[in-house]
Amino acid sequence: MKKLAILALGALALGVASAQSNVIKIASVSPLSGPQSGLGTAIQQGAQMAIEDAQARFQQLGFQLQFAPQDDQATPDVGVAVARRIVNDPDLLGIVGHLNSGVAIPASEIYKDTNLVMVSPANTNPRVTDRGYLSVNRICGRDDVQGPVGAEYAVKVLKRTRLFVIHDKTPYGQGLAEAFANRAKELGANVVALVGTEEASNFQPLILQMRAQRPDLVYYGGIYDKGGVLVKQMRERGITATFMGGDGLDASDLVKIAGSASKGVLFTTTAGPISTLPKAAAFAQRYKAKFGKDPEAYAVYAYDAANVILNALEAAIKANGGKKPTREQVARAVREVKLDGLTGRIEFDSKGDRKLSDYYIVGMKEAKYPGEVLRVIQFAPPAARQ
Amino acid sequence: MTFADLLAILPQTLLEGLLLGFVYAMVALGYTMVYGVLGLINFAHSEVFMIGAVIGLEVFRFWGNPEAPVISNPLLLLLVALVFAAAGSGTMAVLVERFAYRPLRKRGSKNILVPMITAIGVSFLLQDLTRIYAALRHNEFNMQYRTYDVLNTVFELPLQTSIQFKGIIVIAVSILMLIGLTYLVNRTKLGKAIRAVSQDMQTAALMGINPDTIISRTFLIGGSLGGVAGVLFGLLYTNVTPYSGVLPGLKAFTSAVLGGIGNIPGAMVGGLILGQLETLSGTFLPFLTNGNFGTEYKDVFAFLTLVLLLLFRPQGIFGQNVSEKV
Repeated sequence: MKKLAILALGALALGVASAQSNVIKIASVSPLSGPQSGLGTAIQQGAQMAIEDAQARFQQLGFQLQFAPQDDQATPDVGVAVARRIVNDPDLLGIVGHLNSGVAIPASEIYKDTNLVMVSPANTNPRVTDRGYLSVNRICGRDDVQGPVGAEYAVKVLKRTRLFVIHDKTPYGQGLAEAFANRAKELGANVVALVGTEEASNFQPLILQMRAQRPDLVYYGGIYDKGGVLVKQMRERGITATFMGGDGLDASDLVKIAGSASKGVLFTTTAGPISTLPKAAAFAQRYKAKFGKDPEAYAVYAYDAANVILNALEAAIKANGGKKPTREQVARAVREVKLDGLTGRIEFDSKGDRKLSDYYIVGMKEAKYPGEVLRVIQFAPPAARQ
Repeated sequence: MTFADLLAILPQTLLEGLLLGFVYAMVALGYTMVYGVLGLINFAHSEVFMIGAVIGLEVFRFWGNPEAPVISNPLLLLLVALVFAAAGSGTMAVLVERFAYRPLRKRGSKNILVPMITAIGVSFLLQDLTRIYAALRHNEFNMQYRTYDVLNTVFELPLQTSIQFKGIIVIAVSILMLIGLTYLVNRTKLGKAIRAVSQDMQTAALMGINPDTIISRTFLIGGSLGGVAGVLFGLLYTNVTPYSGVLPGLKAFTSAVLGGIGNIPGAMVGGLILGQLETLSGTFLPFLTNGNFGTEYKDVFAFLTLVLLLLFRPQGIFGQNVSEKV
């Protein structure tokens, strides 16, 4: 018992000591290993560039700015474990991440206890911000807009009437697919199926259902690692329906996996190809020089997300008389940020959604990433629902 | 969606189920042989299967490189891939037996949990080793089989069904392997020795059979079958990950139990039943339940069958009640 008390005291002393240190850490949390590491690494590297750019500025304010990349393996329980670990680091004042809504939702339940601010470049599930936590923000769009945008394009522009909707049973995939299906029904299309599957290699049962239903468009709510296999097997078995999905398909690995079957794939995304962001050209060049590859999907969004946190930090430091701000002060400052980022104007509403987000429709004319932007639509998030 | 539509895709569904069933059957043979001889459920067999798929993939990649193919005939290339995968997976199975199971056996522990936990541990080890290999070698997680036009040629059959050339290959290869195995076990000296060891290891040893050698060879044969099944699985479904073995392995194990574990024709029949069950339930469940149960429940059916079977006929379809080896 005595030992425990001494230990506790020691830990407390250590905590106090480091709380006064002049180190400020920003973490990125995304999958760095496993099948989705392609998207996750882009987030980590985008955030890293923003933090390295700001290090000199923070040096002048008297702070040493550090970057702490974390791996959530795209898995909820790993994400929660990482969250528990990083909230216990008092120097850590902001998080860029996560990639997956299914990971961000449980992890942010832990961040909110200490008001540790999270700015996500990629979480599109409505529930991420609909819970109304002070510490949770995102700079990308939402699935309840992304899904309907896709449905409008499929039904009104492409004139598809028999839609076969599949999702991967994650909060992201299911939310997106359901939003797509609902809007398509409102527009008068016939949704012949809305099915979930966790399968990764054998999609034959779904393909057999397509044979029976003869859809003219197949919509997949999920990530490229499975979507790519699905479309490849569909084409091999002679299903010619248009293949469409959400931003989970937005990765160069889609082409690696699906090969020639990726030709003609359509997806909506909240993160436009870097070529559509005129201000990001210099960023893209620096990124390529540093990491040896083009920035993909969420890299530039992660850069902006990190800059949102850095801006808020500077404001909070000033408001705090040059001293290190508390997590709550940083979280409040994030909601006040008005920033012209590489992805456009960034301002948050009271829930932490961006006031205006872009939604893109991208088509792969050839089996080559990135595809071609067919349409850009700007939308405000829907008002908070209870 | 009408009843006529359902009926129209039924023949194709049965055909797809048959293909999957043959793959399961080949993997199930590995489980059943090892169980027959050692009374051990070799959970690492699903990884031996997965490694076979990876070896086949590498053969396709090295010798079938589209820019400079060493072997330009896809069928010859497939044959080489099958041979290499059989050899590689067989060797892997022998190594697993030599270094993970034999030391435990020599120690004479009577606790059956110990080798089982070891099997699960080995299976994780092999998954992660493959993951390291895939990351270092190609920096990718989803490994893709190359598709060849010849192998993808579609043959139209009556009743609105069609089969790809690779489907025919899957059926042909698995039937050949099953006939070969049945012959080996029932008609050769090695087969006799395997049966003797599975009956009673001590007595077999007294008759001049070295049980270690026989067990090793059993693992070699089971592993090779698993390797061949891995290549065929990769060929059919094209996507292989370090975790590709887990679910098919569990289902193949279920097939082995379904047919009566330890029984070779049983494992085959079990695999075919499970393949049908999975494909049928996956395809028709959403229609029959009006969309309330989706394709995701297809695996539930496989394992529900296992549970029901263990409750009502634990010895399996072809199994006999062996309470004690006499």
